[in-house]
Amino acid sequence: MGPRGVVVVGAGQGGLDTAAALRGRGYTGRITLVGDEPVVPYQRPPLSKGFLTGAMTAGELELRPRSFFAAHDIELVSGNRAAKIDREGRTVLLESGTSLPYDRLVLATGARPRTLPVPGAAALSGVLTLRGLADAERLRERLTGPPRRLVVVGAGFIGLELAATARKLGHEVTVVEAQARALARALTPVMSARLVAEHLDAGVRVLLSREVTALWGDSSGRVEVVELDGGERVPADLVVVGVGVLPNTELAAAAGLQVGDGVIVDAHLRTDDPDIHALGDCARFPSPHAGRHVRLESVQNASGQAACVAAAICGEPVAYTAVPWFWSEQYALRLQIAGLTAGHDETVVVGDPDGGRFSVFCFREGRLTGVESVNRPADHGIARRLLATGSDLAPDEVRRPGFDLKTHVHTPRERLSHA
Amino acid sequence: MAKITYKHPSGTVTIVDVEAPNTVMRGAKLNNIEGIEAQCGGSAQCGTCHVYIDEANELPLPAMDSVEDDVLYGTACDRTERSRLSCQLPVSDELDGLVVHLPEAQS
Ligand SMILES: Cc1cc2nc3c(=O)[nH]c(=O)nc-3n(C[C@H](O)[C@H](O)[C@H](O)COP(=O)(O)OP(=O)(O)OC[C@H]3O[C@@H](n4cnc5c(N)ncnc54)[C@H](O)[C@@H]3O)c2cc1C
Ligand code: FES
Repeated sequence: MGPRGVVVVGAGQGGLDTAAALRGRGYTGRITLVGDEPVVPYQRPPLSKGFLTGAMTAGELELRPRSFFAAHDIELVSGNRAAKIDREGRTVLLESGTSLPYDRLVLATGARPRTLPVPGAAALSGVLTLRGLADAERLRERLTGPPRRLVVVGAGFIGLELAATARKLGHEVTVVEAQARALARALTPVMSARLVAEHLDAGVRVLLSREVTALWGDSSGRVEVVELDGGERVPADLVVVGVGVLPNTELAAAAGLQVGDGVIVDAHLRTDDPDIHALGDCARFPSPHAGRHVRLESVQNASGQAACVAAAICGEPVAYTAVPWFWSEQYALRLQIAGLTAGHDETVVVGDPDGGRFSVFCFREGRLTGVESVNRPADHGIARRLLATGSDLAPDEVRRPGFDLKTHVHTPRERLSHA
Repeated sequence: MAKITYKHPSGTVTIVDVEAPNTVMRGAKLNNIEGIEAQCGGSAQCGTCHVYIDEANELPLPAMDSVEDDVLYGTACDRTERSRLSCQLPVSDELDGLVVHLPEAQS
């Protein structure tokens, strides 16, 4: 490694964790962490949960205190955007005009919300998306005070968490989803049905298989109506669009790196330029758990990949094989997902979905690929361990009356990842 | 406020003052002590803030609830009877002198 050191673009979960993991491994070269947000790296998960209710302050969101960066000799450049990568010269040009030379470059640029491609969505005020602290502050301001009519477009994780939080705060909430069920790509039908039932119980109006066709505003340009296919008009004081994200790949694409719904990387999270890595929400990587390239959006994925990239930069490359996992909180439901459940051909439900404590074990060709749990954290944790070592848990065993995953806890295993 | 001692598997020992109502997990973060990941930020979801309470401990720790107990089944290093989630340990004057050992790995 030369004297130029490591430049990390994107000071979110993955970027920060990369810098921290490099120092944790004893890397002594220069580390520059560049982020376009004007704040120190923070946790995003509370932005749709405790931050909106006031249970958590902006200070509590910070992943590390400000003193961390000086203590570990990490140069944090905030509020500055990486504008261009010069691969020949191995430098990154910042919007401010500064150019940063690198030996290794890490792209941890995350993703941004998709917008709604319907008339009115771009022009009206009161139409928001939720990705960063600034978005959440705007939203919190609007959700503090008298009850308002909120329309959430998209029954994804962020939309549903937001709906739950807004209900808690006393607002009137309608969720509109174009698919026939909530989280159709991410969850099994049993799980999405349970989530929707919980929202209905809480008084949320959930409209499935319905598309938003237009947004209408009042004379001052403020949104007041969400129009659906079929002509129904839903009155709204506030609209939040949660219809998924687009990975931030422009920087990589402009530098001629391979992209396609994410920056394409290999098992070591290297792009087609061996000096450039990509990780987290912006990267599409070959997952042994999926058997193909995937792009995942979770804290675990960003954090685990950061550890893997730091290892590679320190000359100890290991393939990225960590078991993906994710959590969500809606009302009293603590949802956890271990592994990848997409593509399963068999499911076994353990526990009672109506009782609010159950797990869905997902199998493909008889092999366990993932477990969704609600309020059964032991199932989740043990499933993570089983999936890390390759489980031989058979569907029939799970189906047996009295089955308890805790009896599998002594299964031998290796370390789960590269920490 | 309480003095909390964090012992690393490498032998490094760090002693810091942590103010209530921070947790033992947050106390590590605020003092730049590595070895606790806390991926879920203290929501008792991830199990990456696992610590072992020192064997000689006589301080009155808050009781473990069933969620914490269940989450400890999924930690990267095996749980023992001394395992706790550091995000579920709020610091108080009563915990002055607490010693926790960090596991080899959190994920
Ligand atoms: C509201 C919300 C709730 C969530 N809840 C959960 C949850 O419950 N559980 C879970 O596991 N995950 C959750 N997530 C997802 C999780 O937060 C992300 O997967 C994670 O933050 C990804 O980390 P990252 O580093 O890839 O991207 P990010 O954390 O998004 O960081 C990328 C950073 O790069 C910056 N950037 C982009 N381009 C440039 C550039 N050219 N120059 C400089 N900086 C740039 C961005 O502004 C951003 O600050 C949630 C996300 C959101 C938004
Ligand atoms: S921080 Fe996640 S369980 Fe404690």
